[in-house]
Amino acid sequence: MNTDTILIVDDETQIRRLLEITLSASGYKTIEASTGKEGLLMVASHQPSLIILDLGLPDIDGIDVLKNLREWFHKPIIILSVRNSEEDIVHALDKGANDYLTKPFRTGELLARIRASLRQGQTANDTPIFQIGDLSVDVANHIAKKKDELLDLTPTEFSLLSLFVKNQGCVLTHQYILKEVWGYGYVEQTQYLRVFVAQLRKKIEDNPTKPTLLVTESGIGYRFGL
Amino acid sequence: MKMEENRPDPDKLLTSINQEEETKKRGKLKIFFGMSPGVGKTYSMLQTAHIDLSKGVDVVVGYIESHNRPETSALLEGLEIIPRTKIEYKGTSLEEMDLDAIILRHPYLVLVDELAHTNAEGSRHAKRYQDIQELLDNGINVYTTVNIQHLESRNDTVAQITGVTVKETIPDELFEMADDVELIDITPNVLLDRLAEGKIYGLPESREAAKNFFRKGNITALREMSLRLVADRVDKQLKSYMQQKQIAGPWKSGLHLLVLVGPSKSSAKLIRWAKNLSYTMGADLVALHVENTQVLNEEQQEQLSKNIDLAREFGAEVIITSGSDLVSTTLDIAHKENITHIIIGKSGKQSFFSSLFSRDNFVNRLLKESGEIDIYVIEPGFEAKQYKRKLVSYPDFSSSYKHYIIAFLAVLSTVLLCLPIVRETGYQSISFILLFVILILSMFFRLGPIMMASAVSAVAWDFFFITPQYTLKITQPEDLLAFCMFFAVALVTGTLTAKVRKQERLTRKRAEKTNALFHLTKQLANAENTKKILEVSKEDINNYFGVDAYFLLQDGEGRLKKKQQNAKPGDFTESEYSIAQWVFKHSKKAGKYTDTLSLSEYTFYPLKGMKTKAGVVAIKPKKKFNGETELFWDTFLTQISNTLEHHDLAQQAKKANLLDESDKLYKTLFNSISHELRIPIATIMGASDTLLADSHPEKVRKELYNEILTASGRLNRLVENLLNISRLETGKITLHTDWCDMNDLFNKVTDNLRDELKPYRLDIVVPQTMPLVKLDFGLMEQVLHNLVYNSCKYSTPGTSIRLKSFYDNEYLIIQEMDRGPGFPPDTLPFVFNKFFKTEHKTTGGLGLGLSIAKGFVEAHKGTISVENRQNGGARFTIKIPTKISYINE
Repeated sequence: MNTDTILIVDDETQIRRLLEITLSASGYKTIEASTGKEGLLMVASHQPSLIILDLGLPDIDGIDVLKNLREWFHKPIIILSVRNSEEDIVHALDKGANDYLTKPFRTGELLARIRASLRQGQTANDTPIFQIGDLSVDVANHIAKKKDELLDLTPTEFSLLSLFVKNQGCVLTHQYILKEVWGYGYVEQTQYLRVFVAQLRKKIEDNPTKPTLLVTESGIGYRFGL
Repeated sequence: MKMEENRPDPDKLLTSINQEEETKKRGKLKIFFGMSPGVGKTYSMLQTAHIDLSKGVDVVVGYIESHNRPETSALLEGLEIIPRTKIEYKGTSLEEMDLDAIILRHPYLVLVDELAHTNAEGSRHAKRYQDIQELLDNGINVYTTVNIQHLESRNDTVAQITGVTVKETIPDELFEMADDVELIDITPNVLLDRLAEGKIYGLPESREAAKNFFRKGNITALREMSLRLVADRVDKQLKSYMQQKQIAGPWKSGLHLLVLVGPSKSSAKLIRWAKNLSYTMGADLVALHVENTQVLNEEQQEQLSKNIDLAREFGAEVIITSGSDLVSTTLDIAHKENITHIIIGKSGKQSFFSSLFSRDNFVNRLLKESGEIDIYVIEPGFEAKQYKRKLVSYPDFSSSYKHYIIAFLAVLSTVLLCLPIVRETGYQSISFILLFVILILSMFFRLGPIMMASAVSAVAWDFFFITPQYTLKITQPEDLLAFCMFFAVALVTGTLTAKVRKQERLTRKRAEKTNALFHLTKQLANAENTKKILEVSKEDINNYFGVDAYFLLQDGEGRLKKKQQNAKPGDFTESEYSIAQWVFKHSKKAGKYTDTLSLSEYTFYPLKGMKTKAGVVAIKPKKKFNGETELFWDTFLTQISNTLEHHDLAQQAKKANLLDESDKLYKTLFNSISHELRIPIATIMGASDTLLADSHPEKVRKELYNEILTASGRLNRLVENLLNISRLETGKITLHTDWCDMNDLFNKVTDNLRDELKPYRLDIVVPQTMPLVKLDFGLMEQVLHNLVYNSCKYSTPGTSIRLKSFYDNEYLIIQEMDRGPGFPPDTLPFVFNKFFKTEHKTTGGLGLGLSIAKGFVEAHKGTISVENRQNGGARFTIKIPTKISYINE
């Protein structure tokens, strides 16, 4: 895992340098590109494990790069953007990005999301039992336990929990969740989501009003995990 | 009035400096002046023009009248002549100077003969001197010629000397304002020789006709007048020069003349004389007319109007006032206007009768009571009509025949009614009854019917009542006396009553005027925009003057707008519009009943404010305004113009103010930002520098790193705030609403401020049954973030900070409160203003947080308010109308 190569695609030298230093310090190998075209070339030639992609590239729109990549590259992509661009972020996530970071970002967050995204790529077919803190979820058998006590979850609640658990650490957009759990017809019904999230929180969180597991990413979606 | 010390009067200086400025832009006028025809003015003018031409000056001939004098015509050779234009008027075709062609040609110098010429009907201006004024206005220099007999102020005197009255006159102002006056002087003998040689008038008949004029005595007198006039002019120019260069000469500055204006021709002469005197003395002139109860007939009214116009033309300040006592009214005005000399006419022989009854004649009284003011008493002159003050004015025979009939019938019926009762009362008492009837009648009718009624009743009384009855014979002497007295008393009573009513009418008319003006002023003061100003003006003008007014205003760049304000009905035609433009440019009236462009249907008046031109107004008067009405019209227009100007200037001031305000805001923002940016940057640089320079123990390094992190956070926050405020300012806030869980919102906010909130007790109150609300999560997050951040900044550690939310009656209510210092009560209304900061030890921050919060809340169509809590601290309440959703599974 420590030989994971991360491709950094950003036109700002300072950002690239900062990322390079930070990631190298955490044991990752880094390669850099400063334009979209260059980025695409580097992906093809170096096969990185993860791409950090800036949305505000000078030559090609970040979204277009993303679309292009997703046709043949299926490893995690984390996008970089500026604050107050929730629309762009949601759009990118819908188009296949795994997670996002807004500038300026904290190093802790950066590393956590990288870890989560890398893990997501790997746990696709692995152990069906997820352990997060004092919560354990057995997806195949529909069993969820908190502090070893069985949780009484409705089918919808369990589907919701499973989805979160499978994608721990990564952000999931409202639309994605609604689509996965309720179906295509419910993609606009965010109020359902809210209510169910609230109910789920009551069951799995230590303090439902101050959730630590199931966290809201305002304007974008939810993130599950520590 | 005391003479002021020999210090130049600053007002006069300013005037002459202004004049100097003005003359630089205007063309220069040179007058070739002579005492009579034939001295060689046109000839000299042409000679001078040729000299100029040889020096390369661009000279053209505008109009030369050679009178078939061969020597003069010869000089026309070699000069460019602008062809005359033909004026067609009522079937005849006359030639006049082509003013427009000359303006178009725009030579440096133009020659225009005969300054006093009257243009043919249909020309732009009535008089040639007006044409010349327009040329000068356009920056073209002019040479012209004129004889002394044509000067207004000398017109009478010349008529006296020569016995010939010349009708074409020019105002003296023109003469005074000319830049150069060259006197073409020859001795009388030489002139007479020329006449004899036929050099002046070619035809023998004309020579004969002119013989009267060209008598040696006349010529000598005229020559002396001309010489004196030119000498006076030089004297005046010298004074003006000395004044300008601040040479304290022996000048008689600070002199003010007052001349009394009446409705007679002698008054006109007085005005001219006064003008002369003012010219010589370098004094200014006030013309005063005092209205009293005397009613003027048509001719007198006409003359009065002419006199007032004349005074105005001479540049005198015209004052019209009313008063019953001429002397005290005159002296009142004189003291107010700081008059030094009063000019009046001799009232002529005082009739014995009036010297008995009036205290003193007017002149004597004025002399007695004038105090320090000098009085000039002028003999009106041979052609003057005496304007005597009468006790009884001329009878006013203007009543209609109906009045006469009614009066007659009244008397008759009274007589018939009294016939049966005469036995009881006696015939003497009947006279009282008849007198009573006359009295009643005089309350309703004017003097004419009253006089008739008096006569009829006297005769009727005699015939029907005085013994012997039914005869006109009067036998008793006491009856005769009674008869005469009856008639006299009836007449006097009638007259007095009529006089009282006249006075009342006059007072009423005056009150009407005052009321009209007051009404206008009040309406104008209340008008809040230009449209309203014009509306009220039109209404009041219609009410008082009975005409429709059409306003053309200036467009803000010194040009007249094409469309009139409230354009209806019927716009102006092109030619009418060009008249309006002319009026606007020259600030002089034009159109019907004026001297300029009098063939138009409308009369155009300039609207002159105190400093700028507001525009032009056009009216279609049914007849010419008389002098008094014209003056009042002037007052009206002045009010309107001043209001328009004031309004315009206020708008400009507002604009300037707005710019000023936004400038100030910009400066504040700029200073604030640069200060706020520099501090964290300094911290970052300093800490980084220190870290690089030396190696430090871990503890120190950690501290420095923390400093850098904190400072960066501060910078980040600053940038966020600025971006937010600019989003608000440019209106680029689009709400992205979605269903929100209030818990989520509060958590996000408190999570972000985790570090800042550490020292405080945080309370979050959200009811279990709180529904989902539709909000823009991002914006509301920012709002609450700013509120909580402030609370952390200002509260003392250990105190509580609370976030509360609930839903009440279709509104989402969010409250944020703390136990901090709260706000000083008088600043509460300003808390949400940009850059608002309370005086507090911990400074820092731009003071934008709350105004951003307000902006974002208002983007939700909600409200935010603040109050101080009873036990200390502040409470912010946000109310947002929103949809809710309770979804149960």
